[in-house]
Amino acid sequence: MEFTTPPYLLKNASVQRVMLQVLAALLPGVGAYVWIFGPVIVVQLALATATALAAEAAMLKLRDKPISLFLTDGSAVVTAWLIALTFPPLSPWWLIVTGTLFAIVVAKHLYGGLGQNPFNPAMIAFAVCIVSFPALMSQWPAVGMKVDLGDQVRVVFGLLPRLDAISGATPLDTLKTALKLEDGQFSVAALLANQEVFGFFAGRGWEWVTGGYLLGGLWLWQRGIISWHAPIAFAGGLSLLAGALWLANPAQFANPLFHLFSGGAMLGAWFIVTDPVSGCTTPKGKLIFGFSAGVLAYIIRVFGGYPDGVAFAVLLLNICAPLIDHYTQPAIFGMKDKA
Amino acid sequence: MIERDEFRSIAENGVWKQNTSLIQILGLCPLLAVTTNMVNGVMLSLATILVMALSGVAVASLRNFIPHEIRIPVFILIVAALVTVVDLLFNAKLHELYVILGIFIPLIVTNCIVLARVEAYAAKNPPLQATLDGIFMGVGMLWTLALLGGLRELIGAGTLFSGIDLVFPDLKPLQLLPADYPGLLLAILPPGAFILLGCLIAWKNWVEARAAARQQRRAAPVAAGG
Repeated sequence: MEFTTPPYLLKNASVQRVMLQVLAALLPGVGAYVWIFGPVIVVQLALATATALAAEAAMLKLRDKPISLFLTDGSAVVTAWLIALTFPPLSPWWLIVTGTLFAIVVAKHLYGGLGQNPFNPAMIAFAVCIVSFPALMSQWPAVGMKVDLGDQVRVVFGLLPRLDAISGATPLDTLKTALKLEDGQFSVAALLANQEVFGFFAGRGWEWVTGGYLLGGLWLWQRGIISWHAPIAFAGGLSLLAGALWLANPAQFANPLFHLFSGGAMLGAWFIVTDPVSGCTTPKGKLIFGFSAGVLAYIIRVFGGYPDGVAFAVLLLNICAPLIDHYTQPAIFGMKDKA
Repeated sequence: MIERDEFRSIAENGVWKQNTSLIQILGLCPLLAVTTNMVNGVMLSLATILVMALSGVAVASLRNFIPHEIRIPVFILIVAALVTVVDLLFNAKLHELYVILGIFIPLIVTNCIVLARVEAYAAKNPPLQATLDGIFMGVGMLWTLALLGGLRELIGAGTLFSGIDLVFPDLKPLQLLPADYPGLLLAILPPGAFILLGCLIAWKNWVEARAAARQQRRAAPVAAGG
């Protein structure tokens, strides 16, 4: 009889394998994105990936770390993809390059590299750019815009002037503007019936992109890459507050379903709050982390000044993650309660 | 009088070794608030230098008369009186700049740099040394704030010396980067000051680590020979 020593690993869980599966899980969302907003997002993804890999290699060299080992682990590519997917697809090339550089150089490597960063690098990139360039970061293209790929790429690289006509208000913006007017002249129900901006159950077009993220996230959960705690708690926190306000005043507030499938909620729930480095690690901690992030995201998104609140909510909770983890340590096996 | 070596060590401590912003990390509040451009940083530092030199000489002269138990309130009174002088001076001579620097000139009273030097140095040393210490500590703050302010306005808006016309009406700010530079607003906001200050501290540590390594290399053969 042959003896081996524990721990008995059931699966090959290298960083590279996990990261590749996360990238694969993003594909349904990316596919829907291409279909709704046009293939220019692929250019942005490539731009972000190239920038991230170059910055990663440069930082690894500066820090005297093995370059090929860390460069091929895929973590930089995941960060790059998340950045590209949260930025407006027609943002100028330097915007996405600035965001990615900041994420890799400052948010990741200055804090000690893979596994050491207290903040989610992709969300740092989003926060830095939306604070510095609020106008550019809010210019989302109108859904169904008829501009061919060549012209879109020329806009990205500054060869064509940026026209106001190419951007439209996102469903979240439309709702917020209506809420700010507060003259009782509109009702959310009537707004939502407008098929130009709002589709079947959430924002027109957006519902398919976010649905794609949901699909990818569920696949990651089924593969055991992520646990259900953080995403479900995030969705719970968001829908609880959204539901309460919607029940109290359906003319002023949109229903939870709309909020779940708008903006960055789905991407955040399945790909951001599940970050094993900057998020919580204990099951109870993940529930607290996800729930609080969901509640905060709703508050910032609906009552705040920014187009979406997921990034700021996640960053605020990132700071709290070590504290939450500290107080939610599960009992050690064989012990009755916390020692 | 003062000896050459003592002068050197006071100057070295103030400007580099004990730099208020990079080593002691004192006075972060004015550092964050006024270094949105180089001119503001320099002018606030000049005001601080003036206060520090005057409070150094005042406290050092009176050090044998101040009861030890109530020295801190007495120091604050002395510093507050001097700051009021500087405050009125700025208001009279550089009114536009005074409006921009605003509350941060009166707040020099509570600046930890001033009180720290008074308590740690002027209260124990003769007036001349205390004055020099105040001046050189202020010079250390001056170049750090000037560098930080310059970096912040360059990254944030692409300009240098903006607001210089408030001090010298004939001079114009420089537009270093092209006019269509969008400006990284983050650098102008307080987080930008923290991030760039962190970079400056890292740069200082790097310079010192290199200097230490060089010294070690130079010392090594001698040690082997001896």
